[in-house]
Formats: sequence, structure tokens, C-alpha cells
Amino acid sequence: MFDKEKLSQIKEERQKWEEGLLAKTLSKTPESKEEFKSGSGSEVKRLYTPEDIEDIDYLRDIGFPGQYPFTRGYQPTMYRGRPWTMRMYAGFATAEESNERYKYLVSQGSTGLSVAFDLPTQIGYDSDHPLAQGEVGKVGVAIDSLKDMEILFDGIPLDKVSTSMTINAPAAVLLAMYIAVAEKQGVSPDKLRGTVQNDILKEYIARGTYIFPTEPSMRLITNIFEYCSKYVPNWNTISISGYHIREAGSTAAQEVGFTLADGIAYVEAAIKAGLDVDTFAPRLSFFFNSHNDLLEEVAKFRAARRLWARIMKERFKAKNEKSMMLKFHTQTAGCTLTAQQPDNNIIRVAMQALAAVLGGTQSLHTNSRDEALALPTTESVTIALRTQQILANETGVTNTIDPLAGSYYVEAKTKEIEDKAMEYITKIDELGGAARAIDLGYIQKEISDAAYKYQMEIETKERIVVGVNKYQVEEEAPKGLLKVDPAVAEMQKQKLNEVKAKRNNAAVEEKLKALKKACEGTENLMPYILDAVREYATLGEICGVMREIFGEYQQSVSI
Amino acid sequence: MNRPIRVLIAKPGLDGHDRGAKVIARALRDAGMEVIYTGLRQTPEQIVAAAVQEDVDVVGMSLLSGAHNYLFPKVVELLREQGVNDVLILGGGIIPEEDIPGLKEAGIDEIFTPGTSISKMIEFIKNNLKR
Repeated sequence: MFDKEKLSQIKEERQKWEEGLLAKTLSKTPESKEEFKSGSGSEVKRLYTPEDIEDIDYLRDIGFPGQYPFTRGYQPTMYRGRPWTMRMYAGFATAEESNERYKYLVSQGSTGLSVAFDLPTQIGYDSDHPLAQGEVGKVGVAIDSLKDMEILFDGIPLDKVSTSMTINAPAAVLLAMYIAVAEKQGVSPDKLRGTVQNDILKEYIARGTYIFPTEPSMRLITNIFEYCSKYVPNWNTISISGYHIREAGSTAAQEVGFTLADGIAYVEAAIKAGLDVDTFAPRLSFFFNSHNDLLEEVAKFRAARRLWARIMKERFKAKNEKSMMLKFHTQTAGCTLTAQQPDNNIIRVAMQALAAVLGGTQSLHTNSRDEALALPTTESVTIALRTQQILANETGVTNTIDPLAGSYYVEAKTKEIEDKAMEYITKIDELGGAARAIDLGYIQKEISDAAYKYQMEIETKERIVVGVNKYQVEEEAPKGLLKVDPAVAEMQKQKLNEVKAKRNNAAVEEKLKALKKACEGTENLMPYILDAVREYATLGEICGVMREIFGEYQQSVSI
Repeated sequence: MNRPIRVLIAKPGLDGHDRGAKVIARALRDAGMEVIYTGLRQTPEQIVAAAVQEDVDVVGMSLLSGAHNYLFPKVVELLREQGVNDVLILGGGIIPEEDIPGLKEAGIDEIFTPGTSISKMIEFIKNNLKR
């Protein structure tokens, strides 16, 4: 970005500064540490200058918002047009209680819904399954049939909100239920806006709510891509997630590398299934973590955008610019929250949210202060939402687009993360792609090595966590945490029995039989699932049929 | 005792958060213990079978899904049914303080909540073995 002459002048002056003023200062007062490292453990230099970005070409590498390679943002006006979607992930207990929380969040200015499902739902078991015992309604809302989904969105017009659903292995079933609820509200599928997470590879890697083996899972995913491209065109068909990879302990560069490697696997699967890249790629979306190291995180978001654009253009020959745009949701890093002095978490979340905004996120969930202890209370969630509103309305960071662009450090770091992420992608390509690299345990091993290193740094106090290994105080256990009533499981079972008693059981059986046959063939499964859902076939029944034909994924275990 | 301490690290229930379980498994191994890690989605029956078969001195369970009040005591109950009374039983994860007395009463020897240092945990294991 600078001409050669200028650069050599800068270099000369820098050397003078280092040998003169700096050396003198260091000899009198040395720095506090020998080495300075980023949150992800990479080296951070004392000072960044134009020399560090001499290889960067503004037009080629940075460019303008809304234009390839999208480093500065996916859209030309960014938050000057409208702020990011404030999307708080919520759901617990029954559909009735979650519905109440959604209505509350919308009344407080939340602009998108984000549904958390309980683990039995995420793993395709009804609430009365033996493995569901103790888990019903705990980490999210329990959904057994269309009936629960009707209650969940009661009074919420589905043509007016955008809804993100954190659902993966049974994503097709929950999406079908959502479409069926909309039908009942008189809303046609082409009016629906939202996202299903639908990212099975990171479930194998880090999150753990897989059901089926890789191949049928990839089929279900591409079935959703295809179905939505025809009938639900405004739906984001996948949210390719680095969030959980980072939560599992990865570094920032690994988060980008592994997530984009997963993305490549989905694009390849869809192309293999006969889809044209530009029909489905514009509906791909991403989900990243926002961790503690503010500037590193900003660089990470920018690097991810640029790298994905290049992959889509160069590797997959996408022609539509929308296929190259990486748009993403962000959640602040749950793993950085501490059970000690939980109010400090408000500050952590605020900084992480700032990083996400400076990095150009499209939507944001801010964690609540009490999440290292339990599900958040309404009061805590409100503070977390207010944090976003303060960022959007008071700090001024929304006034100009990508304000940290051109910072020698941020640009150098963006390049560094892009390069490191690309190295991981190359390595995964050599192993045979993301699915194969997961089967080999490569990705999991890289992450757990990084997680172990991180924890050991906390143990040795090389890494400081305020309130945990420094500035500790004696404190009383916090009171007033949210507790899910154990009676929820019984209520849910009762509702399930009522549904089964009331529905047309012959029709259910017929639709399940048709689904089974379709599973054995190669057709798109979405219409069959939708048919079964409309007859109130339960999630467990539908997934049960698929389990029968597809089998279950076996995790490779290593420590 | 001449042989190294044998530990089973288990993930009961449907919870997929295994960062903590894996870090602890590795740290205990680095501290000279023999560690068996079950992987995800273990039923209480599977955990008890593994504990008996591997003849472990310690069972450590990690759970972040909120199902601890059901699953932890269930494991203790099944261990007792098998006549196993000399295994140190530990739990960790997102466990609210107010649940801890009930879990201890049910036979969990100690609960480690977020922020516990690993060296403290190792010391606890060494000082509290039951055989």
C-alpha cells in the first residue's frame, strides 16, 4: 500500500527508533513479559508499521463494502442502513414458557428469534424416550410434535419475524414443522425468513448432537438446500458454525480454517448432488464466536469473509457475488464466562460484542452473566440485550463501516489468520476433506491440543482470568438462578400422549411408511417429512424411521 | 498401592460438551494416572459397566446439560447395586451450588464447579481414594 521509497524510509527510521529511543528505554525499564501473545497464543509484536502490510494491495485484498472480496463487510451501508439483528438464543422447559420469553424479548426490542431446543429434541428422541430422562426441557424447549411448535410460535406472526433454530441432525423435521405452523397461520413458505443450523460436521467435531452417519446426514442437508431453493427462498439453509469449535478450545485461526473446511464439504456435497453452486450458495450462512482478544477477533471476522469469497470464486467458480458473501451470526464466547464474580461477565460480554460489531456481524447473541452457573434469568438476559442496544445507540461504532481497516496491526493480523486458516484447509484437503479429517480424528485432536494448552496456561497463571486465578475474593453462592421445574418432563409426556390419542394414527402410519421408502431411495426427503409432520407424527417417530434405515453415527473417541 | 490410580472419565446423558472432560482426562494422565474416557452419550448402566470392568478407583462425571440431579445419583445407585462401595465418585460441570448438598447426600463424594484448578483436583483425588 506504500511505494518502495517510502517503505525503505520507514524501515530506516524504525531501525533508528529501535536502536535509539527504544533500546534506551528497554535498558532502563524492561517490558513486563518477554513474549506477548494473542488470545489464541500467536505472537504479537511490539509495534506494527506499514512494513507489516507491504504485501497487501488495497483494491485486491481490502476493497469496498458489499464488493468482492468483502473484507470490509458484506453490504454497502452496513450499520448505517440498519443495525445488526439482535437475536437472543432462548428456550427452556415447555413451548408455553418459551413462547412467553420470546414475546418478552420482542417487546424489549429483540429483532429476531433464536430457538434453543432441549437435548432429546436435538437428538431426535421424544420426551418419553428412556434416554430423555433428566434432560427434558433443560437446555432448551422440548418439541415432540407439530402441536408443541404451534404453541411455541403462538401469537408470533411468522411473516414478520426471522427465526433461527439451533437444530442440526433433525433440522429437516423442525424446518418442516415451522413451515407447517406457518401454513396454519396462513403464511406461505416463500414469506418465511430464518435459519436452521443444519451443520452436522461440527456436531461430529465439537457439539455432539449427531444422529446419523455422515453420508445420510449430508443427504439430508443437501435435501434442505434443494427444497428451500425452490419453496423457501428467503431461508438460510445452514449456519456453518465455528462457534462450537472455538468453545471446544480451538484458536481463532482454527475456528476459521475448520469452519470454512466444513463449508467446502457442504458445497462439494451439494454440487455432487447435482445443484448449481449459484442456486444454493447465496443462502449459506455462518456462525462465529467472539472471544476475549478484541483486535484478534475483529481480524478473524474480516479474514473469514475474505477467505470464503476467494474460495467461492476461485475454487467453486461461483458467478453470483451473493454466493461469495460470507454473512454471519455471532455469539459471545460462553467458555470465557466465569462462575466466580459473575457480574464481571457483563464486561466480558460487552467487549466481545464490540469485537463482533467492529468485525461486521449480521446478527448477535450476547451471553448473560449467569451462564457459567445456570440458564439465564430474565433479568440477566435483559442486561445482555441492553449491552447490544448501548453498542448500537451510544458508542458511535456504527457510524462508519469497518472502522479498524487500515490499522497496521489489524490488517497484518487479518492476513495472518487468513493464511493460517488456509494452511488448515490445505491440510484437510490432503486428508480427503472435512468429513474424512473428522473420521481420522485430526480436527478433534488439533482442537483438544489447543484446549489443553489454554487450560494449562490458566493453571500456571501465564494466562490470567480475573476472579479465577487473580483478584479472587471469597464470595457467597449466587441466588435466584433459573431452575427448570422437573415436572416439565411429566407435562411434556402427557401432552405427547394426548397428541397421539387425538391424531389420525392410520394416516401417521401411512406417512411414516412413505418416508421410510423414500429414505431407502434417493429422492428429496423434505416433502415426505412435511407430510408426516402435518399428521402430527412425532419427532421421535420420524427420526426413528430414519435411524432404522440410516443407522447411527459412531464417534471416534480420543483424548 | 503400587499400581497407578485408575480413573474413568464419563459423559453421562445426551450432553455434547466434552472440552472439560477431555482436558481433565489428559491432565490426570499427565499426572501419572491411568485414564479411560468413555466418549459421549453414556447411559448410567454403561458407565457402571465400564467402571466395574476397568476396575477403576475413581469415576469422574462431567455434565453441563442440567440433568445432573437425575444422572449422577443414578450412577451411584447402580454402582451400589453392583456392590461397588470403594470407588471415589466425582462430578463436574455447570452444577448450581444449591444442588450440591443433595448430590453429596446421594453419594457423590465431591463436585467441582467451573474455575476449579486442576492441581487442586489431583490433590483431592490422591487424598481421598477409598482403597
